[in-house]
Amino acid sequence: MRLGTSRSGVLAAAVLTAGSIALSACSAGSLGSSEQSTPGKTQITFLTNNDPNNVKTANAMIKAFQTDNADITVKLDTRPGGGEGDNLVKTRLSTGDMADVFEYNSGSLFQAISPEKNLTPVSDAAWAGDLDDTFKKVVTAGDNLYGAPWGPATGGGVLYNTKVYTKLGLKVPTTWDEFMANNAKIKAAGVTPVAQTFGDTWTSQIFVLADYHNVDEADPSFAENYTANKAKYATTPAAKAGFQHLEDVHKAGYLNKEFAAAKFEDGLRAVATGTAAHYPMITFAVPAMYGVTPKNVNDVGFFALPGTDAAKAGVTIWEPSGIYIPKTTTDAKLEAAKKFQAFVASPKACEVQAKVAPIGGPFPIKSCTLPANVATAVKDLTGYVEKGAITLALEFLSPIKGPALEQITVEVGSGIRSADAGAKLYDKDVEKQAQQLGLEGW
Amino acid sequence: MTSRRPNYLLSAIALALFSVIFLLPFAFILFTAAMNQEEAATFRFSWPDNWQLIQNVKDVFRTRDYILVVAFINSTILTVASVAVMVILAAMVAFVLQRRKSRWNVPINILMLAGLIIPPAVVPTIWVMQELGIFKTMHGLILVEIAFGLSFCVLLFQAFISTIPRQLDEAAIVDGAGPLGLFFRIIFPLLRPVIVTVVVVQTVFVWNDFTNPLYFLPGDENATVQLTLFNFQSQYNTSYNLLFADILLITIPPLLLFLFFQRQIVSGLTAGSVKG
Amino acid sequence: MANTVQTKAAVRPVDTQQPRATIARRQKSPYPFWFMIPAGVIYTVLFLVPAAVAFYFSLTRWTLFDQEFIGLDNYVQFFEEPALVSGLTHTLIFAVVTCGLKVVIGMALAVLLTSQIIGRAFLRSVAFFPVLVSTIGVGIAFTVLMNPTRGAINGALGVVGVQGPGWLTDPQWALLSVAFVDVWRGVGLATVIYMAGILSIPQEYFEAAKVDGAGSGQSFWHIVLPLAKPATVTVLILSLIGGLRSFDLIWAMTKGGPGFTSDVIASVIYKQYQAGFYGLSTAGNVILFLLVTGIVVPLFWWFNRKGVEA
Repeated sequence: MRLGTSRSGVLAAAVLTAGSIALSACSAGSLGSSEQSTPGKTQITFLTNNDPNNVKTANAMIKAFQTDNADITVKLDTRPGGGEGDNLVKTRLSTGDMADVFEYNSGSLFQAISPEKNLTPVSDAAWAGDLDDTFKKVVTAGDNLYGAPWGPATGGGVLYNTKVYTKLGLKVPTTWDEFMANNAKIKAAGVTPVAQTFGDTWTSQIFVLADYHNVDEADPSFAENYTANKAKYATTPAAKAGFQHLEDVHKAGYLNKEFAAAKFEDGLRAVATGTAAHYPMITFAVPAMYGVTPKNVNDVGFFALPGTDAAKAGVTIWEPSGIYIPKTTTDAKLEAAKKFQAFVASPKACEVQAKVAPIGGPFPIKSCTLPANVATAVKDLTGYVEKGAITLALEFLSPIKGPALEQITVEVGSGIRSADAGAKLYDKDVEKQAQQLGLEGW
Repeated sequence: MTSRRPNYLLSAIALALFSVIFLLPFAFILFTAAMNQEEAATFRFSWPDNWQLIQNVKDVFRTRDYILVVAFINSTILTVASVAVMVILAAMVAFVLQRRKSRWNVPINILMLAGLIIPPAVVPTIWVMQELGIFKTMHGLILVEIAFGLSFCVLLFQAFISTIPRQLDEAAIVDGAGPLGLFFRIIFPLLRPVIVTVVVVQTVFVWNDFTNPLYFLPGDENATVQLTLFNFQSQYNTSYNLLFADILLITIPPLLLFLFFQRQIVSGLTAGSVKG
Repeated sequence: MANTVQTKAAVRPVDTQQPRATIARRQKSPYPFWFMIPAGVIYTVLFLVPAAVAFYFSLTRWTLFDQEFIGLDNYVQFFEEPALVSGLTHTLIFAVVTCGLKVVIGMALAVLLTSQIIGRAFLRSVAFFPVLVSTIGVGIAFTVLMNPTRGAINGALGVVGVQGPGWLTDPQWALLSVAFVDVWRGVGLATVIYMAGILSIPQEYFEAAKVDGAGSGQSFWHIVLPLAKPATVTVLILSLIGGLRSFDLIWAMTKGGPGFTSDVIASVIYKQYQAGFYGLSTAGNVILFLLVTGIVVPLFWWFNRKGVEA
C-alpha cells in the first residue's frame, strides 16, 4: 500500500470537511429568504397543517388579508397533521418557539396545550359576539376566549347514496332498527350495505363518536359524569351502543369485502358511485369528494346516526380548528396577528373559503351564509343545524379522549374483539388521559 | 474459492432470484411514478396507460414553489457535513478504544452502546441547543446528527481496527511517528473498506432522516427531502403517482453515491488480500 | 516500512497481551485520550445530557408545560398498559426473526457474492439498493404491494392459484409481513459487512485448506465462519438492537395495527408520546433501554471476551 496516496486522501477529506462546515453556515433557506421584513411592513408567520387543500385555502386567505392590509405580510409555514403535528405544536409552544399566529384543533386538544399559560386571550375582540355559542365554548378556557374559527363546523353521521335509496324505495332511517332493515334490503339487491375503511384507522371511530347526540339525549349529564369518573362507556347502555353497532354491522355481514385495508378515498368513491349504500363519516369528507368523484358529489346525501328514539334524532357536531396567538407574540406583530385573527372571523373570510374550495358544513360565524351551490350532503346537514337538532361531540364537552380508541374500534369493527370488551378497554385507556390532565376523581 | 471458472448455473439462479426479490419492487415504484393519479390509485402493477414520468417529475418539482430544490440543497449540506465529521471523529475514538487497554474502556463502551439503544430525547435536546444558541441552525442540526451517529460508526470501526496488526503501529512508532501521524498516515488508510461502508450507510441514514430536521431545524425554508413526501399524502387524498415519483427523485443521490463507491468497495476489499 | 501483506500472512491470531515495549512508553502513549475529546464533547452535550434530563422527566407527569413529580408511578402505569405484554412479545418476535434472517441470509448472500459467478458487481449493487431507499418510501411501496385485494403480491399469487392472505390486515400475518420487509431492506447491509469480513481473509488460508483436501463446505465451516466472526458479531448486535427498537417501518406500514396486533414497544411508546403522555412515554423509553441493554450487553461482552484479533 502506497502511503503517498493516503496523504492526498486525508487532505481531500480535510478540505471536504472544512468546506462543508463553511457551507453549513448558510442553509438553502437563508440563501433565498430574507430575515428582515421590508421597512414599513410588519411580517408575521402563520403556522398551519400541510394538507394540500388546507394549504390552498390558507394561501387564498393570506392573499385576501394582505390586499386589505397593505402594511402586513403573512408568511405561511406548514407542519404535518395528525399526531406528529400535535407533538410539533406542543414542542414549539413549550420551547417558546411558536409562529406569531397558528392554527390548531379546538376542544380537548385545545385544552391540552395549556391555553391560559400559552395563548393570548381575545375575549374583548369586536368579532367575539359574532361567533356561534357552540364554537365559543370550544375555544374558551377559564373565562377567556382564545380562538377564531378556521373553516366550517361539520357533522358526523352517515353518508348515503341517494340513487340507491330511490331505486330501492327506501326512506332515511330514524332508528337503528330501520337502518338495519334498510341494510338487509340493500344487501338483497346486491349492493354493499356499509363501507368501512380501516386502512385509515381514524375512520373506524365514527359509529362510536358520531353517536354522541343519542347518548346525550338519553343521558344529558353523561359528559360531566364521564369527566368526573362517575360514568363509563361499558356501564352506560346508551354509550356502549356505539361499540355494539360496530360489532353488529360486521357480524351481519354488511361490510365491503376489503374493509380492512380500504382507505378513506375508497369509502368516498364507493358511496358516491353507488357501489356501497352507506359510509359512516363526518361531512368534512364532502370537499374531498370533489377531488375523488367530482361528478357524483350530489348523489350523496347525509343523515344523522340513528338511535333508539326517532323523535330525538340529531347530528353530532365537530367544530373547526381555531386560530390562536401565542403569548410570545408581542408589539407590532401582536397587533398584526390580531388583525389576521379578526379577518379569519369575518364574513369576508367565509366568502374567500367558499370560493377557493367546496365547503363541508355551516360556518360558526353568525353573519356568514352558505353559498347556494353546496353539496346535497351539506344541505342535509344544514337542515339539522337549523332545527337545532345538534349536540357537540364528546371531545368538545370533555377533555378526555383515549388515544387508543381508533385501534379499539378497528378491532371491534373487524370482529377481533367484542363490543363489551372493547368498551371496557376504552374505559381503561381513558384513565391515563384523565390522570395526565390531573382531573379530579381519577 | 480458487477455481477460476464461473459457476454458470449458480449465476443464472442468482440473477433470476435477485431480480424478482430486489428489482421488482423498484419496477413497481417506477411504473406507478409514471402513471396519472387515478391509475396510480388502483395499485396495479402494470405498464402505465400513458407514460407520464417526465410530467410527474416536473409536477413534483413545481410543488410548493420548488420546495424540492431547497430540500435537496439542505439535505446535501446536512449529509455531507455530518457524515464527514462523524467518520473522522468516530475513527479516532474507536482507534484509542481498541488499542489502548485501560479500565475506562468498559464504561466508555457502555456509554457508546447506549447511543445505539436510547432514543434521543427531543425536548431536552432542544433546551440544550437553545442554551448554546445553536437551535434552529444548520450547524446545530449537523452536530445533532453527528452525536446520534457516533455510536454506530465507533462500533463498526472497532470491529475492523482489531484486524489491523499491532506490529504496524510499533513499526511506525519506532520510526518516530506521533499519535496523529500514526493514526492518519497508517491506520486511517487501512480502514478504507470500513470507511466506505460507514460513509455509505450513514449518508443514507442522514439523508433519509425525517424526524431530526423536523424538530431541530423547522421551517419550510429548511425543508429536507423526506419532508417533501408529505406534500403528496394527506389525510384525504394521496397522489400515489407523484408520491412515488418523489420517492424516486430523493433516492437518486444515495444511489449515485453508492454506484460511485461500489467500485471502491470492491477494490478496497480485495486490495487487502492480494499479494504484493 | 513493514510489508503489509507479509505481516498479515505471518500473523496468527494475536493475543491481547501488550508487548513490553509499549508498557515502557505508557507516559506518552501513541493512543492518547485526547483523541476522544471532540467526539466525547459532542456526544455528551447533545446526547447524554438530554438523555439524563429525560430520565428525570420519566419520574414526573409531564405535559411539556408543567410537571409533577410522581416517582415510579409512570413505570407502574406502563406495566399496567394492556397493550404492553403483547407489545413485548411482538418486539421479541420481531427482533429475533429479523436478526436471525439477516445474519443467516446475509452470510449466505455474502458467500454467494464472493464466489465465482458472473455479474457479481451488478448483483452486489442490486442487493444493496433497498438500503438506500427511505423507510417511509419502502413502507409505502410495500403497503401498496401487499394490499389484500389489489396488491401485486396477491395478484401474482392468484395467477398460480394461491389465495394470498391479508398481509397487513390479518392479525396473524401483520407483524411477520413487516418483519419480512425489514429483512428485505436490511439484508444488503448485512451482506456488505460480511463481504468485507470474508474478503479480508487472506487467500493463503483457502489455498492451504485446498492443499489439505478440504471441500468448499469444510472450507466455509472452518475458515470463513470463524474468521468472519467480527463481522458476524457486528451484524448480530446491530440487527438485534435495530429489531428491538424497530419503529419506523412498522409505523409506516401498519401503525401497530390491525388493532394492536403488530404493536411493538417502540410503537406503544410513540402512541403515548402522541397522546401527550410525555412522562409516561419517557418512562417507556427507559424500560426499552433496560430491555435492550439486558439482552445486548451480555451478548456483546461474551463475544468480546472470546475476542479474536485476526
